[in-house]
Amino acid sequence: MKKEMICISCPMGCRITAEWENDNDIKVTGNKCPRGIVYGREEILSPRRVVTATIDINSSSLGRIPVMTTGTVPKGIIDSLLNRIYKMHLETPIARDDIIMKNIDDTGIDLIATRTVTT
Amino acid sequence: MSKEIFDVAIIGAGVVGSAIARKLSSYNLKVALLEKECDVSFGVSKANSGIIHGGFHHGSEYLKSKLEVQGNRMFDRLEQELHFPFRRCGIMVAAFSVEEMKTVEQLYMNGVNNKAVGIEMCNRSRMLSLEPKLNDDVVGGLYAPAGGIIEPYRFVFSLVESALKNGVKLFTEFKVTSAEHNSNGYGIVSEDGKKIESRWVVNASGLFADEVSGIFNAEEFKITPRKGEEFLLDRNSAARTEHVIFPVPDHVSKGILVIPTVEGTTMLGPTAIPQDSKEDVSTTAINLKMVFSSARRMVPSISGRDIITSFTGLRPVLESGDFYIDVSAKQPNLIQVAGIQSPGLTAVPAIAEYVKDLLKKDGLVLTEKSSYDPTIDKLPRMRTISPVEADELIKSDPAFGEIVCRCESVSEAEIVAAVKNGHTTLDGIKFYTRAQMGRCQGGFCTDRIIKIIQRETGLSYEDITKRGKASWILEDKIGDLEVNSYGNME
Amino acid sequence: MKEIKVDTLVIGGGSAGMAAALEIAERGFSVTIAERENSMGGILNQCIHNGFGLHHFKEELSGPAYAEKFIDMVDSSKIKVFLDMTVMDIEQTTDDLTAYGLSRDNGMVKFSIKTVVFANGCRERNRGSIGTPGTRPSGIFTAGLAQRLVNMEGFIPGKECVVVGSGDIGLIMARRMTWIGSKVKAVIEIQPYPAGLTRNIVQCLNDFDIPLYLSHVVGEIHGRDRVESIDVIPLENGVEQKDKSFNIKCDSLLLAVGLVPDNELAQKIGITINPETNGPVVNRQLMTGQNGIFACGNVLHVHDLVDFVTEESERCGRYVADYLDNKKPADQYKTTPGKNVKYLVPNYYSPKEDNKFYLRTMIVKNRAELVVKVNGKEITRKKLNHIQPSEMISFSIPGGKVENISELHNNILEVQIV
Ligand SMILES: Cc1cc2nc3c(=O)[nH]c(=O)nc-3n(C[C@H](O)[C@H](O)[C@H](O)COP(=O)(O)OP(=O)(O)OC[C@H]3O[C@@H](n4cnc5c(N)ncnc54)[C@H](O)[C@@H]3O)c2cc1C
Ligand SMILES: Cc1cc2nc3c(=O)[nH]c(=O)nc-3n(C[C@H](O)[C@H](O)[C@H](O)COP(=O)(O)OP(=O)(O)OC[C@H]3O[C@@H](n4cnc5c(N)ncnc54)[C@H](O)[C@@H]3O)c2cc1C
Ligand code: SF4
Repeated sequence: MKKEMICISCPMGCRITAEWENDNDIKVTGNKCPRGIVYGREEILSPRRVVTATIDINSSSLGRIPVMTTGTVPKGIIDSLLNRIYKMHLETPIARDDIIMKNIDDTGIDLIATRTVTT
Repeated sequence: MSKEIFDVAIIGAGVVGSAIARKLSSYNLKVALLEKECDVSFGVSKANSGIIHGGFHHGSEYLKSKLEVQGNRMFDRLEQELHFPFRRCGIMVAAFSVEEMKTVEQLYMNGVNNKAVGIEMCNRSRMLSLEPKLNDDVVGGLYAPAGGIIEPYRFVFSLVESALKNGVKLFTEFKVTSAEHNSNGYGIVSEDGKKIESRWVVNASGLFADEVSGIFNAEEFKITPRKGEEFLLDRNSAARTEHVIFPVPDHVSKGILVIPTVEGTTMLGPTAIPQDSKEDVSTTAINLKMVFSSARRMVPSISGRDIITSFTGLRPVLESGDFYIDVSAKQPNLIQVAGIQSPGLTAVPAIAEYVKDLLKKDGLVLTEKSSYDPTIDKLPRMRTISPVEADELIKSDPAFGEIVCRCESVSEAEIVAAVKNGHTTLDGIKFYTRAQMGRCQGGFCTDRIIKIIQRETGLSYEDITKRGKASWILEDKIGDLEVNSYGNME
Repeated sequence: MKEIKVDTLVIGGGSAGMAAALEIAERGFSVTIAERENSMGGILNQCIHNGFGLHHFKEELSGPAYAEKFIDMVDSSKIKVFLDMTVMDIEQTTDDLTAYGLSRDNGMVKFSIKTVVFANGCRERNRGSIGTPGTRPSGIFTAGLAQRLVNMEGFIPGKECVVVGSGDIGLIMARRMTWIGSKVKAVIEIQPYPAGLTRNIVQCLNDFDIPLYLSHVVGEIHGRDRVESIDVIPLENGVEQKDKSFNIKCDSLLLAVGLVPDNELAQKIGITINPETNGPVVNRQLMTGQNGIFACGNVLHVHDLVDFVTEESERCGRYVADYLDNKKPADQYKTTPGKNVKYLVPNYYSPKEDNKFYLRTMIVKNRAELVVKVNGKEITRKKLNHIQPSEMISFSIPGGKVENISELHNNILEVQIV
């Protein structure tokens, strides 16, 4: 499998290509520095993203409370995570950094609130 | 629906229908005002230049000239009674060549013949001292001090509010699609099957006056929309003039004007292009360029940077070029008020008198209503009052202390008043209060206004529209749609 | 009418206002913040995505989290905060500075002050500003309004949308719309290159295969009541190719076509505005042309990173405190944008003191250089890895570095990008 992408590790934005050389080695080309290799490998092995979203809350001042994953999660679980988040409802008070969902799908990553809502 | 039989049903709640309704509300009559849109003033009357004309553009052979000059004189009293924004800022016509001065002389003669008040010819230095922002190249022109500007939709809203206060019944979303003559007069039926009865009918349906005349099997005539695009500049524009500035007109239209609107913005336009569609109010990029270059010829400091929005109005034009206001010769108890293009706004107080006289001549008995009250309450505007007055107001109603639209300084209390007066769409509230009309065009306040409408009317967010029908704003909430953003991950 | 005497009134409690107020309070002066919303934080409150605070806090926060860190600091300081208060007017006579703030709970409040800090942010350019022709249906939202509706109220502005503008705000909204279940049909960009960060192009568009049309404009909007479709016209060498235009069906249009400092109040009292930034002309101390009136944050010039807003505003706070301390500033001379520079803030510098500058370039380039000259002589030079108009550039000139000040010359400091 071969994948073309833009390295986003720095603003240069090199157009790089990552491809499986044989079954267990990935070759990256087009990178102007070593960080490009790391990025290329990750994107082909397990692309991950930070997810931010909002959850319904019974607050008088705010319709929804913002939440975020504490680190990147695999792209493959994001849609299902979002659909689950949108079905949730939270009650005040909630403090910033409160854990809303622990160890999402065994990734070791939590979902936390990024704002305090008291009433 | 309504079992009562009205004396007069007026079709069309634009400025013309509304002014007639208010005039008739001073007599002992049952009056119905029928409008196809969800609010009043959503037709031609919302999208025009807002000028109270000076009475010099047309010769005295036209009915519209006579009514224009009469109407102009009636605005001071109307303003005292109805408190709409109005200012006699004066109108100037700027000529840039000796040939153009010849036309100006003709305009001057028109004005004199029409008995326009205070009209004068000006040389170059008089022009520049009256209006320093004019292009230096001006050679002379005309000055009509009695000309002015109003906020047209506010004028209509006030007319309707006054009419309703004096007993007129307003039916919105009542599109007249058929009518039958019966012993009581007319049975008038709407598109969705509502029906009212009335002895007399006034056709004041603007662009659709020809179709409505057809519905009644009355006179055949054709209304051709003539499109006018207008462009609005920010309040802070350095190009804002003191007077309305006209170029010397050609035979088709009055040309592109520079208009210092009564609320502090500056407007450029209108274009004048005939078209077939009565619905197409789109704006075009070419006309934008044309309007700016024409306007800049008169006022060079006009800058494209200051543009905040544009809109289009359609003039309801008859082949004769004049107003057609008369008792129908083909059908009984029907008054035609058609072809009310510019200067319709100016002439409208006189049109209302004229129609009242026609109805009387046609046999309608008019007795003055002792309870008639020509005045309506004046709603304070946070934008225009002093800090001390503002402080007092907030004590009486804290909602005046909540500024919802920051560009135009509109308070929550003013929005609530709009909703209470029946303006429950975003556009209705915009025209009533000016919220969303400033430089951010609603970027800051739309969400707040939606919340206020919901709170005051109990409507759900799905039912709140920009201007009725299918102009919905929000349909779904988060969670209503299934997220499938990354497609099938391999 | 309530009257309040205070050293400084800060207009706006966004990231700029809070940072400035904290510094002024720190120096022992009395400060009041007037904020028109029901909480501080400004635009940050609706920017729920991550990407804030990498410079300032060395961690990646959401907008509300970044704001909250400052709100906590303000709450535990002596700063007095009026929420739900809109500042309506400022009056300046030779000796007095007065401001009027309006709120539901306090009525009209008259502030007698020594200094004002404008920190009231920016507004969005809209359809009128870009002159898009066509009908006037519902369904046209500025991106910021859409962002507020989605992130704070939970509404979905449309099921099928087109985003106009490929700056970071447009890109982030494209992802947000996708993440709430809408289909983003395209992003339209007038320039031949994307305006936003590469990271956002990748994560907000490429991840979802959203097409980005560079060198394209919206030709016309269709739909009588609600948006039904738009025409998209390609540009070739900047000229519209109408014959190659195509139509995209959509029920909504999100306009992310730029921000403009909101300077209505400043203009009302005659403060000179820089036409390049639309913010006030300011000296090294970020003071406008009128004594005691300062500006920082997005009202001064539009920033893309909140960290820069914080840096600039903290500095502004210190300058305000210096002013209140009656510290006389050293001599100042003009600055001017040279080759390939769109604008430079501030508009004056002081050879004897440290100077910090923000600027925007007009070109896209890898490996560029920034050159500073005074009276034609090069003062300093800085290598820049990658530059583009949408990314603000900053640099400093320490006091004493400019040595060739002379009465024979104008001593203007010129900045070029080569
Ligand atoms: C660009 C432009 C600039 C202008 N500038 C000026 C100016 O500066 N000064 C000036 O004096 N005049 C000006 N005019 C003219 C002025 O605006 C019009 O003369 C005036 O608004 C016409 O009012 P109206 O009530 O006849 O029409 P409208 O406001 O269109 O009212 C007619 C109403 O009838 C309704 N209706 C139609 N059919 C039906 C039906 N079947 N059933 C129920 N209701 C129906 C419509 O919805 C509409 O609300 C301008 C016009 C334009 C277009
Ligand atoms: C959509 C968007 C996305 C962004 N994304 C990022 C990002 O990913 N990372 C990043 O680092 N930066 C980002 N930024 C940039 C950064 O967040 C902003 O530039 C910064 O927060 C602006 O701060 P401010 O205080 O100058 O303005 P604002 O936050 O706008 O604050 C101005 C405040 O003044 C108040 N106000 C206005 N007028 C008055 C008045 N008359 N009286 C009283 N109060 C008033 C307003 O209510 C508001 O609270 C983004 C900006 C935007 C707009
Ligand atoms: S490969 Fe290196 S130089 Fe190129 S974008 Fe990635 S980090 Fe930057």
